[in-house]
Amino acid sequence: MRKNRISQRASKLVLPALLLIAAAIPVLISNTYYLDVLARVFIWTIAVSGMNVIVGYTGQLSLAHAGFFGIGAYTFGLLMVKAEMPFLPSLVVAMVATGLIGALVGFISLRLKGHYFAIFSLCVGVILLLLIEKWESLTEGVRGLLGIPVPQIGSLVFSSLTSQYYLILFFLVLTALINKRIVQSLVGRTFMSIRNSEELAVALGINVMRNKILAFVHSTVLAGLAGALYAGYIRFLGPDIAHVEHTFDMLLYLLVGGIGTLWGPLVGTTLVTILMQMLQSWQEYRMMIFGPVLVLLVMFLPYGIIGTCVRLKQRRQTELERRAEHTTAVSSVHEQRLSGGKADA
Amino acid sequence: MELFFQQMVNGLVVGSIYSLVALGITLIYGIMQLPNFAHGHLYMLGAYLTLSMMSLYGSAYWPAILVSVAVMVVFGMLLERLVFRPLHNAPHINAMIAAVGVMLFLESAARKIWGADYRRLESPYEDVMNLFGLTITQQRAIIILAAIVLMVGLNLFLKRTVIGATIEAMAQNREGAFLVGINANKVSLLTFGIASGLAAAAASLAAPINLVYPSMGAMVNLKAFVIIVLGGMGSIPGAVLGGYILGLAESMSGTYLNSEYKDLIAFVILVLILTLKPTGLFAKEAQ
Repeated sequence: MRKNRISQRASKLVLPALLLIAAAIPVLISNTYYLDVLARVFIWTIAVSGMNVIVGYTGQLSLAHAGFFGIGAYTFGLLMVKAEMPFLPSLVVAMVATGLIGALVGFISLRLKGHYFAIFSLCVGVILLLLIEKWESLTEGVRGLLGIPVPQIGSLVFSSLTSQYYLILFFLVLTALINKRIVQSLVGRTFMSIRNSEELAVALGINVMRNKILAFVHSTVLAGLAGALYAGYIRFLGPDIAHVEHTFDMLLYLLVGGIGTLWGPLVGTTLVTILMQMLQSWQEYRMMIFGPVLVLLVMFLPYGIIGTCVRLKQRRQTELERRAEHTTAVSSVHEQRLSGGKADA
Repeated sequence: MELFFQQMVNGLVVGSIYSLVALGITLIYGIMQLPNFAHGHLYMLGAYLTLSMMSLYGSAYWPAILVSVAVMVVFGMLLERLVFRPLHNAPHINAMIAAVGVMLFLESAARKIWGADYRRLESPYEDVMNLFGLTITQQRAIIILAAIVLMVGLNLFLKRTVIGATIEAMAQNREGAFLVGINANKVSLLTFGIASGLAAAAASLAAPINLVYPSMGAMVNLKAFVIIVLGGMGSIPGAVLGGYILGLAESMSGTYLNSEYKDLIAFVILVLILTLKPTGLFAKEAQ
């Protein structure tokens, strides 16, 4: 029991410790390459944690995520470049716009179940990509959107890599906190009940459609936020960012980390991105390695790294509890016998 | 009016290809309840095999197609045995993700083996024919005819042979098929083989009028999925009809509307129809 309490206290310290490390990294590491990789990891983690809400917690395999990432990025980029709006309003409008389109798409697509929904959302992703690519008068098409200004809040100008890093880290932490609150609230439990059994959820009086739309919109808003941050960070946009390939990348990150876990998106994205960077010289073989890895993962490690850890821990805990119950039961019998013995004597 | 008929023929050509690919996907879905996202990439592989047979071994067009189909049948069976059968009892989402993994692997493998550039498959049937005042290359006529032959052949196989009947039985009612002693593993193996063979045949037929490149399967795959959602997943007539409808719709809209948005039309149709009727046009059952 004591050991358990210690491990609980330790797990409470993990979060502040990680935050401290993340905040200290720019001071400790002067290599801009690592900082750049980390900033990208954080951006994608935001998008993946959005995907996690609809795919992992609500159980609806949405494959339109890169499209919403693209909407967020392009809305933000166009507002900054063509409407010359400041940073924060553009960011907010980009998120709202992505959420609105998400609500519209969700309203149509979430009536479909299972495979129908997955296929439909995949097609929605392609539609969004084609729209971005072909609507040249608005998005500049394949030429790409150039000259996105440096993010600026009031007198704070995020021109250096370090400042961008902190900006992105701030939004990542915000996202993580909001997701944690949602998942641990009644809303989160409602999402999970829909994942576990839609029929049962309906029977319990849950408005399944409304909750699914809520989860979907939340996930698209996060995708939009990630897209907008990406646009502000890279400061150049091409239609490629909305490519379906990125949806599959995100799915890989989520699966490696652990689908339907709070830490999964961060762990998966960090691990896979760093691996990909290490395999950079093997660029052409990258997908030849990750394709089979994806297959092997769903076969042998379907809960991902965090998911497997959580399961092992749960199993150990129930084992411990059972053993504890067993010993108390045994000792009480023992005591009874002892007292019985005394009475006899 | 002549333009209209000309475009109709073109639509039939494109639709024949779509129908053959969609047929494979719908067969697999009917048996295994698996949307095989890698099917378009089996199509791509089929095209490359035919191309290699012709360019490397100097084989003629038809023998090259036969070899390609045979290799793809075996490949499809291997895929079923190694990837999809072990996942059959896992949650649905796992098999779909595995299909995505196979897809990523096949595309990058093709890029590595054959290079990323666009290649042309030279067909011996480049001559132009004149049919009722319409001009059509022999290759296009062959595509339309071959697709019909394959579809009729498949239909006869499913309806007239015992093995074919086991496939139909399992698609109709899984438990019932088990009760009468049908071996589910054999049937799914066979289905994967047939579907992959159909994809290879479609790709080899279409390769001379399109180009061959590693990601050529992606768009065909997506459109085939649109078709089987429209046609009702698992429905064979739905897949055939849906393929022709989409082919015609694309060729007409490319002529009379904006050809820039030709690829978009399939997805717009899908959105419209699913908005009005969430189960697809010819759904077998409400999902």
